[in-house]
Amino acid sequence: MFDPKSLKFMKSHEWLRLEGDAGVVGISDHAQKEITDVVFVEPPKAGRKIKQGEACCVVESVKAAFDIYAPVSGEIVEANAEAVKDPALLNREPYGKGWLFKIKATAPGEAAKLMDNAAYEQFLLAEAAHGSH
Amino acid sequence: MTTTTAPRRTALYESHKLLGGKIVDFHGWELPVQFESILREHEATRTLCGLFDVSHMGQVFATGPDALAFLQKVNANDISKIGPGKAIYSHLPNERGGVVDDVIVSCLAKGRYLVVVNAATADKDFAWFEKNARGLKVELENKSDFYGMVAVQGPNAVEVVKLIEPKALALPRFGAMEFVFHDHPSFITRTGYTGEDGFEFIVPNEIVVRLWEDLLAQGRSFGARPCGLGARDTLRLEAGYLLYGQDIDDEHSTYEANYGWVVKLDKGEFIGKHLLVKQKKDGVNRKLIGVKLLERGVPRPGASVLFEGRETGSLCSATYSPSLACGIGVGYLDRPDLAPGARVSIVLHGREIPAEVVKVPFYQSPHLKKGA
Repeated sequence: MFDPKSLKFMKSHEWLRLEGDAGVVGISDHAQKEITDVVFVEPPKAGRKIKQGEACCVVESVKAAFDIYAPVSGEIVEANAEAVKDPALLNREPYGKGWLFKIKATAPGEAAKLMDNAAYEQFLLAEAAHGSH
Repeated sequence: MTTTTAPRRTALYESHKLLGGKIVDFHGWELPVQFESILREHEATRTLCGLFDVSHMGQVFATGPDALAFLQKVNANDISKIGPGKAIYSHLPNERGGVVDDVIVSCLAKGRYLVVVNAATADKDFAWFEKNARGLKVELENKSDFYGMVAVQGPNAVEVVKLIEPKALALPRFGAMEFVFHDHPSFITRTGYTGEDGFEFIVPNEIVVRLWEDLLAQGRSFGARPCGLGARDTLRLEAGYLLYGQDIDDEHSTYEANYGWVVKLDKGEFIGKHLLVKQKKDGVNRKLIGVKLLERGVPRPGASVLFEGRETGSLCSATYSPSLACGIGVGYLDRPDLAPGARVSIVLHGREIPAEVVKVPFYQSPHLKKGA
């Protein structure tokens, strides 16, 4: 389990754990609660090269399909086969066993554009305030 | 939000909020799509018991010496087949080969009927009824705003309902009864929209919270869970039930929906009969057909269905089936001859996913006798 405080977040609710150029990507606890009941995960294949912000993965719940965007550019190192087999892992352990893919970042500096946990929480509060009538 | 009118709330709205219900807009009604998890609510209903607020549904009473004649005129099914204490599922055909609504008609007494109609169509239905009741001795009352409605579904529904009204257990499938709940005349039918055994309570709005709280309290030891619209949709689609406005509407007929058993051509005249007679004789050019995905993926309404590489229709209802653990859907295909086992493909995210035509219902409850 990663401590959310050690993660970077996108406005589209992906998280990134980056050590050097080795990244792990998943969806936030907030996102899994919103999506609910994940029943299907299609992570990108190892070897695929993606750009920051590119849609590279599909997560589906009973209700809807969601595109997952790459938090940094790089090459996919590994897709989480466990999450493909048991998609509910995204609901149970969004910051742990429910990770989606590992990526070798080609420009780790891009992560500076992402939010840290405190900023992400502020962003969620602002969204909630904006979203309510 | 682009709704032109303020969303409506059922009498249970505050109860749903307290239970953590995630509220969505459903045809202008604010209803919970889920409480904790669609999958868990689905599972609870299939194995134990699910409680559903269906207060958005409408209730129309038809009373008078011509009540039966009136209902025979507007229904495709033979309402004369039900006597007091019985209910029947039926379609209201229009004059151009489509369906005004699908309904459940209960006979409360000779010359007194209760018609349960869909939420989104309640006003349209009532106008249609009034138009077609002209000249007949029947009084129509739209009591949709007066009554709330709660469905208790699943193999443990009998245990839960026993504690509220033990007499309801004597109801056969599609039985209907009147009862008094906290001094208010109310109704119970042994019907539902889940493919499980179950009961539907129709009680005045002022006591629906008491009923809901009683059911939650009494139901706890039998595993009863509050369920939202999400589970209601996966349950009904698995059971092969139609969703009006999505699977049938003013432009699709009962035969096209593959619900021919609802049409009783031998019962005498009724609205739209001549078109149904013709369809029965000539066959239909499109039919609502069930498909099951052979690979992983979740089909959604609107997804194209290909047969031999050619688009042959699209899905009108589709979802992940929790009971079958695969994607399922129904759609009007212009190849009504496609039989179970035929291979098709469904387009998801631009990819063609192999699928197979299957018999509807997709799921048959082991707790419910076949054909019930």
